[in-house]
Amino acid sequence: MPRSTKAKPTAPATAANPAGRREHASFPPVVIAEIQRAAREGIYDIRGLGAKRRLPSFDDLIFLGASISRYPLEGYREKCATNVTIGARFAKKPIELKIPITIAGMSFGSLSANAKEALGRAASEMGTSTTTGDGGMTQEERRASKILVYQVLPSRYGHDPDHMRSCEAIEVVVGQGAKPGGGGMLLGLKVTERVAGMRTLPVGIDQRSACRHPDWTGPDDLEIKIAELREVTDWEKPIYVKVGATRVKYDVALAVKAGADAVVVDGMQGGTGATQDVFIEHVGIPTLPAVRQAAEALQELDMHRKVQLIVSGGIRNGADVAKALALGADAVSIGTAALMALNCNAPLFLEDYAKLGTAPGYCHHCQTGRCPVGVTTQDPELEARLDPELAAHRVRNYLATMVLEAQTLARACGKSHLHNLEPEDLAALTIEAAAMAKVPLAGTDWIPGRGGA
Amino acid sequence: MIEVDVESLGVRALNERLHRLPRDTNERLWKITNPKGAHALAAGLDRPLSIEIEGHVGYYCGGMNKQAEITINGHAGPGLAENIMSGVVRVKGNASQSAAASGRGGLVVIGGDASSRCGISMKGVDIVVGGSVGHMSAFMAQAGHLVVCGNAGAHLGDSIYEAVIYVGGEVESLGSDCIEKPMTDEHRSKLEQLLASAGLRVQAARFRRFGSARQLYNFKVDHAAQY
Repeated sequence: MPRSTKAKPTAPATAANPAGRREHASFPPVVIAEIQRAAREGIYDIRGLGAKRRLPSFDDLIFLGASISRYPLEGYREKCATNVTIGARFAKKPIELKIPITIAGMSFGSLSANAKEALGRAASEMGTSTTTGDGGMTQEERRASKILVYQVLPSRYGHDPDHMRSCEAIEVVVGQGAKPGGGGMLLGLKVTERVAGMRTLPVGIDQRSACRHPDWTGPDDLEIKIAELREVTDWEKPIYVKVGATRVKYDVALAVKAGADAVVVDGMQGGTGATQDVFIEHVGIPTLPAVRQAAEALQELDMHRKVQLIVSGGIRNGADVAKALALGADAVSIGTAALMALNCNAPLFLEDYAKLGTAPGYCHHCQTGRCPVGVTTQDPELEARLDPELAAHRVRNYLATMVLEAQTLARACGKSHLHNLEPEDLAALTIEAAAMAKVPLAGTDWIPGRGGA
Repeated sequence: MIEVDVESLGVRALNERLHRLPRDTNERLWKITNPKGAHALAAGLDRPLSIEIEGHVGYYCGGMNKQAEITINGHAGPGLAENIMSGVVRVKGNASQSAAASGRGGLVVIGGDASSRCGISMKGVDIVVGGSVGHMSAFMAQAGHLVVCGNAGAHLGDSIYEAVIYVGGEVESLGSDCIEKPMTDEHRSKLEQLLASAGLRVQAARFRRFGSARQLYNFKVDHAAQY
């Protein structure tokens, strides 16, 4: 008797899979869809934001609050300070931030002018800094930002010594967490007349920016480059070096050796305006191990707290801030989360999300320039949906909330400054996080890779 | 003329002195001696000064220059006049790699040869090279002119945008999306003007013009091998 060719149910019936069909572990529907998209279009997928896959993260750590062995701070009257000074190593004019949360570099072009202005206003109200991006400085962001960090990028789009001299600090961008080893992209839809003019490019082209600086390669050149930037700005400005998290220990040590005042380490959760999905998901290490490696590199050189460590990549709340600081960061930087406070992925203008084939909560279509909420667009009609004043207020509230949350955790650990948090205040919930953050698995004395029981 | 010995004064003190000159300064003529390969010499200037440097300079001489006219009576290291905005930077000898990188305006004249990546990412600067240039020159060149009186190394003008290249000698090979284009009267007169401003007596007639085929301006799968 011939065998039936009809499939039998092999998996539990669920709402998404009512017939109980067996999903292929290597080829689930999402993988099949991507193969067929590639077969149809013949080019990689380009998108915005950072890695979407599940990664070991700060969520896998918990704080060990004070109890009998150590006592907490009284939240109502005992101060928990949050200020941070950046650049005292070499700069004549170090910058003083009131909070250890800064706004990361995002280009005008990728972001609308209203978005840049709103971020600047919010940062200024909170006493922190914002950062230019790949595409040069706009007057809107200069006016809105009391403390503006000027990026020197491989593309040098719109690079202007007057702009650099007008800023409070300089950031030499070597890489970013979303794409360490990759250059920028801005698809033609966003290369409007103003954006093209600032970058000296034809309007409407798919713009690819360089992944290497045009006038230096390697750590010895970087040292000479930093010296030139100091000469041009008369040694006034703090100079940061930003790297995407990969070989963090070496990169941080080399940045210090090259004369950086501060090192910015961006983990793979860090966002982008437009990059190949394969790059975002498969290059770089998560922020969690990156912080600890960076802090250790500084400690080995006796440069911890002398060269400031700024960590970014997937920072979302005060707990993430406190954990990054406990692992050794002097400050954190936010990009994606700040855009979300502006309204990125907010449930507004649903029909425009639908036109992009997406929905609030899932949108990563920054590269299209059709941002439904006016954040990552150059379209005047869409941009008008973002009121810079109201948006600035939201970002300010969000920053204030994160600071309060971080202070709450620090006080619970008995710390009078966020910088007094330390790895000994933490334990890990997973073996992976314990190994990466080098803190014990909760309830044990075990740090994987550290020997002992 | 004000004469400064870099060896005794130091680069930092010299640059600071040049940066602090008032806008309407009368101290316009400078002679700098004993540079001995110092880096970032006369970088970040923004005054209409005329500066002669007697000897060889290191990296980034005249970097980000505005207004000043700097003449180097010697050779120059990497990144000569990088990101120049305006003014003129001349080197009588050779220039190392990445000369005039990302330059946005002004004129850079190299009397001898330039090494690789001359005019990389140039954004409006005019560069005139009396001798030859190395490989990957005018890589990702966005705007401005690169004039090479001698020969050009491999992959000239790779991924070029709207910059224009004139070469008097041989071209080893062209980079992706860079093609030869016809020399019209308009181009010849522009070339003559550039040669004249560089003070070079070279016949414009033998030069060929190169620029972008504009085939890589928008992503197309058919061009994947060129990216």
